[in-house]
Amino acid sequence: MSETAARALIAEDEPLLAAQLQQELARTWPGLSVVATVGDGLSAVRQALALLPDVLFFDIRMPGMSGLDAAVELADAWPAGRAFPALVFVTAYDQYAVQAFDAQAVDYLLKPIQTPRLQKTVQKLQKVLVGRSYSAINIEATVNQLRHLLEAQARPSALAQVPAAPAGTPPLTLIQASNGSHIHMVPVADVLYFEAADKYVRVLTAEREYLIRTPLKELMAQLDPAVFWQVHRSLLVRAGSITTVTRDEAGKLHLELAGRPEKLAVSRLYAHLFKAM
Amino acid sequence: MTGPRAFSWISKLRHFLQVLAFTLAVATLQYAFMPDRPYGPPVVYSILIGVLTWVVIDLGRELVPSAADTGWPQGWQGPALAATGIAVGYVAGTWLADKLCVHYFHFYPAGGTTSAGDQRSSLLITLIAGLVGTYYFYAINKSAYLERKMAEARTHANEARLKLLETQLEPHMLFNTLANLRVLIGTDPTRAQDMLDRMIAYLRATLSASRSIQHPLEREFDRLQDYLELMAVRMGPRLSYTLDLPEALREVPVPPLLLQPLVENAIRHGLEPKVEGGHILVRAQVLEGSPLGTPGPLQIEVADTGVGLGLPPGLPAAGPGQSFGLAQVRERLATLYGDEGNIKLIANYSGGTSTLVTFPLKSGDLQ
Repeated sequence: MSETAARALIAEDEPLLAAQLQQELARTWPGLSVVATVGDGLSAVRQALALLPDVLFFDIRMPGMSGLDAAVELADAWPAGRAFPALVFVTAYDQYAVQAFDAQAVDYLLKPIQTPRLQKTVQKLQKVLVGRSYSAINIEATVNQLRHLLEAQARPSALAQVPAAPAGTPPLTLIQASNGSHIHMVPVADVLYFEAADKYVRVLTAEREYLIRTPLKELMAQLDPAVFWQVHRSLLVRAGSITTVTRDEAGKLHLELAGRPEKLAVSRLYAHLFKAM
Repeated sequence: MTGPRAFSWISKLRHFLQVLAFTLAVATLQYAFMPDRPYGPPVVYSILIGVLTWVVIDLGRELVPSAADTGWPQGWQGPALAATGIAVGYVAGTWLADKLCVHYFHFYPAGGTTSAGDQRSSLLITLIAGLVGTYYFYAINKSAYLERKMAEARTHANEARLKLLETQLEPHMLFNTLANLRVLIGTDPTRAQDMLDRMIAYLRATLSASRSIQHPLEREFDRLQDYLELMAVRMGPRLSYTLDLPEALREVPVPPLLLQPLVENAIRHGLEPKVEGGHILVRAQVLEGSPLGTPGPLQIEVADTGVGLGLPPGLPAAGPGQSFGLAQVRERLATLYGDEGNIKLIANYSGGTSTLVTFPLKSGDLQ
């Protein structure tokens, strides 16, 4: 860390605010070089993987993919053997109670960013970067915090209007997948997993694959969470069909299902679901 | 909002005790008119008839579906329940009291001594006391229902006001705007001043919107421009917009900030989630009028090229809009124009969403 300067990536969709953060950083941390500034979550993940920076400044509300989701995605794709960057969330309004995680792996800044507060963050980052161990420990700590943040986000506040699924909706038993001129009726009991892919959701049974348009989130609300587990942002797996869970050298988990040849990657966000008894 | 009333044993017990007291009063009154007869039989008859009548009516109404909301059956079912209660109370109560008086209390020997005159007066007393008692419970139930309704309406209004304020002064919008302002003060003071002026106009309009009933459409468009300019500074090249207000429509009176939530929705749900951003069009036009020369309704369209509703194009969104902003606009239109005001949400063919607000014009509105 001492021989090379620290490198940072800024993800902020408002151009003026991105420029300002860069300027303020140049003043409070001259040794830091900002290697890229991006305006959306997807580019943030892509650029971070290409440039492997040491520090990430992620706006939480960004087009395409939120800062939180981008951080999870990045943690899943991060190359093994490299330390995960220190993460700083930037937000205009603290609806996630980020301050509850003060002085942990994840730091936060409130907009408008004020110089004294930024200095505190910079000092903290410098300390973290010096003593950083190049192990999987920091990535797990980060993901743990992200999980708590996402859970806090999922819990709606009393005032927020969430169009909750009407209580008492009968659980889904049949998937109706259209295929050209006909519709296949696929019993949910036959489905091994659902995978979100671009505009569709793939429905996989032991024999076949179907495509439906219902978003994964909506499906999830209609399926028994004890039967179908979410193991990735885009994966909903029948828990009963999982035969083995293997951990690779990077610490990532992969599932094998009875009846399907492919292996499914588990997001680090959901790795806590798989623990030996 | 009105949930079904909860069944309360306490209130039923209170009713029961009131009925007991009432039947005792009736029996006492009867005794007072005929002091030569024993006091026992009228008490037995009165209590049994009264309690049975009460059981049928007060517990019976819990079983009538139309009473779930108000606590009292609707329409003909109310009187029918009361009549059933009184009839059952009289027949069963008299029969039971006959048996008790003869075999348990031994007031009279078996075979009965009740004359036709006694039966007539007993029936009359039952009828009058039954109606009085039923009306009493009906009245207190109704006033309790109205009170509950009023309390609910108050809570509802308070909630709506709080939510309105929260959407108007959305913290994300507020702090992000302030953050941009803070940057501009250092780099471009003239632009900062302009942004601040727009923010002042926006805040002033937002905070006083509820107080004035109508303002000219031109003013409404000015406020939209303030908001869009603020957002344009924040979003940079990701936001472009067109405001199209024909000269003739400038003075048309509209409720203040009616369109604001629609433009906010177009940005928040349409453009903000879209990486490349997009365009917002706000256009006012008069639709074709009747042949008699009265102007047709005014239509204001808020169209965006954002991520859209996720629906096939050309189709209006099914069901009521889920967003609070849309619901609020719909409510205001309904209050002001009744059935003649309406709002539609449509998925555009080009992607994105259009919101169409239509309401009637008065002939003096056009210039």
